[in-house]
Amino acid sequence: MADLLEVRDLKIGAHAYEEDGSRREIEIVKGISFDLEKGRVLGLIGESGAGKSTIGLAALAYGRGGVTITGGQVRLDGEDILALSPRGIGRVRGARVCYVAQSAAAAFNPAHKLGDQVIEGTLRHGIMSKSEARARAAELFGILGLPDPETFGNRYPHQVSGGQLQRAMTAMALCPRPDLIVFDEPTTALDVTTQIDVLAAIKRAIEETGTAALYITHDLAVVAQVADDIMVLRHGETVEYGPTRQIIEAPEEGYTRALVDVRTTSKPAATDQSGALLRLEGISASYGSGPQVLTDVSLHVPRGQTLAIVGESGSGKSTLARVITGLLPQSAGTVTFDGETLPPRLAQRSKDQLRQIQLIYQMADTAVNPRHTVAQIIGRPLRFYHGMRGKARRERVQELLDQIEMGQGFADRYPAELSGGQKQRVAIARALAAGPELILCDEPTSALDPLVAEGILSLLMRLQKETGVSYVFITHDIAIVRAIADSVAVMLNGRLQRFGPRDEALSPPFDDYTDLLLKSVPEMKEGWLEEALSSRRIASGGQ
Amino acid sequence: MSDASSGGQRRGLPPVATLILQRLGLSALLLIAVSLLIFVGIEALPGDFASTYLGQSATPQAIANITAELGLDRPIWTRYFEWLGGAVQGDFGTSWASGQDVSAQISRRLGNSLFLAAVAAVIAVPLAVGLGMLAVRYVDRLADRLINIVSLAAISLPEFFVGYLLILFFAVKFGVAPFPATVYDSMSLGERLGAIALPVATLVLVVIAHMMRMTRAAILSIMSSQYIETAELKGIGALRTIIHHAAPNAVAPIVNVVALNLAYLVVGVVVVEVVFVYPGMGQYMVDAVTVRDMPVVQACGLIFAAVYILLNMVADIVSILANPRLRHPR
Amino acid sequence: MRLRSIPPSAWIGMAGIALAFVAALFAPVLAPYGEREIVGAVWEPMGPEHWLGTDNLGRDLLSRLIFGAQTTLFVALAASILSFAIGICLSFVAAVTRGIVDQGLSRLNDLMMSIPTLIFALVVLAALPQKLWILILVMAILDSTRVFRLGRAVAVDIAVMDFVEAARLRGEGTIWIIFREILPNALSPLLAEFGLRFAFAVLFLSTLSFLGLGIQPPQADWGGMVKDNSDGIIFGVPAALIPGGAIAALAVCVNIVVDWLLHRTSSLKGGRDG
Repeated sequence: MADLLEVRDLKIGAHAYEEDGSRREIEIVKGISFDLEKGRVLGLIGESGAGKSTIGLAALAYGRGGVTITGGQVRLDGEDILALSPRGIGRVRGARVCYVAQSAAAAFNPAHKLGDQVIEGTLRHGIMSKSEARARAAELFGILGLPDPETFGNRYPHQVSGGQLQRAMTAMALCPRPDLIVFDEPTTALDVTTQIDVLAAIKRAIEETGTAALYITHDLAVVAQVADDIMVLRHGETVEYGPTRQIIEAPEEGYTRALVDVRTTSKPAATDQSGALLRLEGISASYGSGPQVLTDVSLHVPRGQTLAIVGESGSGKSTLARVITGLLPQSAGTVTFDGETLPPRLAQRSKDQLRQIQLIYQMADTAVNPRHTVAQIIGRPLRFYHGMRGKARRERVQELLDQIEMGQGFADRYPAELSGGQKQRVAIARALAAGPELILCDEPTSALDPLVAEGILSLLMRLQKETGVSYVFITHDIAIVRAIADSVAVMLNGRLQRFGPRDEALSPPFDDYTDLLLKSVPEMKEGWLEEALSSRRIASGGQ
Repeated sequence: MSDASSGGQRRGLPPVATLILQRLGLSALLLIAVSLLIFVGIEALPGDFASTYLGQSATPQAIANITAELGLDRPIWTRYFEWLGGAVQGDFGTSWASGQDVSAQISRRLGNSLFLAAVAAVIAVPLAVGLGMLAVRYVDRLADRLINIVSLAAISLPEFFVGYLLILFFAVKFGVAPFPATVYDSMSLGERLGAIALPVATLVLVVIAHMMRMTRAAILSIMSSQYIETAELKGIGALRTIIHHAAPNAVAPIVNVVALNLAYLVVGVVVVEVVFVYPGMGQYMVDAVTVRDMPVVQACGLIFAAVYILLNMVADIVSILANPRLRHPR
Repeated sequence: MRLRSIPPSAWIGMAGIALAFVAALFAPVLAPYGEREIVGAVWEPMGPEHWLGTDNLGRDLLSRLIFGAQTTLFVALAASILSFAIGICLSFVAAVTRGIVDQGLSRLNDLMMSIPTLIFALVVLAALPQKLWILILVMAILDSTRVFRLGRAVAVDIAVMDFVEAARLRGEGTIWIIFREILPNALSPLLAEFGLRFAFAVLFLSTLSFLGLGIQPPQADWGGMVKDNSDGIIFGVPAALIPGGAIAALAVCVNIVVDWLLHRTSSLKGGRDG
């Protein structure tokens, strides 16, 4: 039988802007072909810039923001939709092919009720009557596990949570009974315990409605739960294309293997965890007169070791880092560093106290000044704390660049000329230049592609071995904790849920939240989702 | 998601009402602060009125006489509260130059100025918003570029230049419009409209370019939001997308644009009235400034500022009312 | 930046601005007659003797236009530089220190902006003696409110970035943070804003002079020349339109260049996605 969707030699171009503002054409998708049968799910996976979203949107004959489809065919039931008139395309979009965006919060119109938006496409295309569509929407809300399916549609987008919006968007896509849905990273913006529920809801909905789907993500473990086949993309080209089981269990290409094997960095946790470099006792804090965001947190970091602080958004983990640095003075409790109590306020701390604690940020893009060269960025702490000038400083900068594996030729570049991973390395070198005892790492790898993140992690581990620096590593990713931590602190709603040596903290018996958190982390095997859901003790908090 | 409304809810008032009351209170506060600035702040400036008023002929005796005559020897706060108390009741004292009642003069001229501004607004607002939408419809195409260049030039033209250009051609060369734009009480509405044709044209030309550019920018920013893309990907037609999805969200920014430009229009009348010798507030104020007739200057300043503050307040209140997050709290 | 990538409209704008500045700098050399010299009859038409004709007192209009460029550009430039200095310094201090200083300055700025600039200027100039430096100061202070608002917005956007926090954590002082971390990143929007402020200053000065409250006669300046010659309009004498056109042309030129600068920075931001 003929396939539902046949993509042949798809080529997509975009404008790129040079430094001087002149425009240049670049090809971002370079001849992709695949087939999708009715009712099957194809996973498109790749790093940022691989062209996966662009390919997904091409299934709706749409090019986002200056992107144009320059060649090839996209055949839906044998008909090339790229050759259709605008009216013809309008009859395909929202009727036969639907789209689920990454950020449902931005994709819903704030001025209209969710229910009206969910059925709008179905009504405009004349697929159902209004009452049929309403009933259908309520049914879908139920399948997707939304609260009060009958009345959920009466709410406005700002009145429901992010996870609920993402499900509502899925309902909107399913409503007209389309042949194909394009899911564009639908769970990426969600917390891990929310992600698992939304993922399960999407999977159930796909199965019950029998629609075909393109599922786009950068997370191989996630796509392994929903896809029948997987296509691995890199720089707009196909790396590997095959059944899910083969891709994750027997990848043929080196790049696919690297994606599957990512996070192999691992070190045994230190056994002796006495002798605290940093000790927090009874820390509470709030922003201004707002509600308390940290309540009675006590923990310590042994010298030369790594403490991982794990939690979801709103758990207070980043706030804890702000307290340690002095950016947010605590309302109660003490911070002791190397035996002496640190003043709560930044302004009260001595230059040497500031030097000993350095911070690495999540977004390397905004963490380094775009108008300073690499040498200026790394050289400033050398000058500021150690009074180094001229040749001595230049040589030390080069030493540090060697240490972060960037070598010659980078000193005079500006951040705009560096990749994301390189920028993060420069930020690490800037922290090292101060000669700190402790480095706070605030999710330094979460904005990076997995392979790049892996490189940053192993660099951090090597630097710890070489310099004996301690880390407080803030993350939402349990896999990273397993890889690098000596001790672990789990946070929930501003309270410490669990704290102790790594192997103890990550072994049973668990408290309910830690159990939920651990079971929500996608694992790279088929059937993980069902196992995880059935073995779970509590549901995530109604998200 | 931030929820600015929760505070109001707890006190039992809907958040929209709370915010609007806050905005009204703020405007009142602002008006009082402006009155302080115009009255007390001005007196705190170096140099005293009596000697600037007398200019070259200022002898110590004359200064003392004038100071006493105008009541400037009494404490500033006493005079401020008297002035404010009077202003609230519509009494702005007497003119130093003519000895006439300021309020009587203003009441006639304020009507003339508002009439001029209102007629200009009635023409300019729909035209500018329409042109702005047209530019968005044909964005980056010829019509848009043309509108862009013409409007860029137009925002650079001083009102008096446009005014004299129109006079030279339409009043002097072709003789199709009257100059100067004199109006008096016995004129009919039609006669009045004829008399102010040129000043209105000047104001419209000057204000339309600004308003159109801002409308275009406001709509473009909405058209680039993701929910418009969602509508497009649902196969919703262009017209319905604009009416149903863009328009409800465009109300607040467009009202803001209009209010800002109406405020600009109110100031624009000052110059246009001088050019066309039109008996309005602007002309009155400029004349008073030249002869340093402070009661008139302060009264006119306060009224212009009040109109400006009022327009901005209306714009803010419309934005509050148009915000679905505030209208439908969690 | 390559010269080729500058569009023709921007070239025209820059040429116009350059022409005005050349006229201002070399006025005594370029002008055929003196600034206040009466050289003919009242409102003589354009001719070989007087290229642009003569004005309401029989002075050469071209010469007055060239000398007027001197006054107009000098006063507008001085006022916009001063307004920029005031606005940028205060706004950056407000954005970096936040707290009570920011609150105080911002509220004062809101108050100043709640009175239309022209009306505010009229009230203040009514009370102050007519001196050139007072005029410049009044224009600068009133205009600095606009600079403050933009400067604060730009600086706050940059000040919340992590590299500024990193500098703060390092222990850097406010001066370093303002001049080394924030200012280099704020230059391009501020440059465009300076152009706009200058164009506005030219228009504003001309308006004040036209109303008789700016530059005082017999010194030549463009706005004042419009006022001087406005009576000729009803007799069909276009003398007032020539200085008026000069004001408009200069403002158009500045706006074209600013538009190009703004467009250029915004198109650099729009990268690729996918």
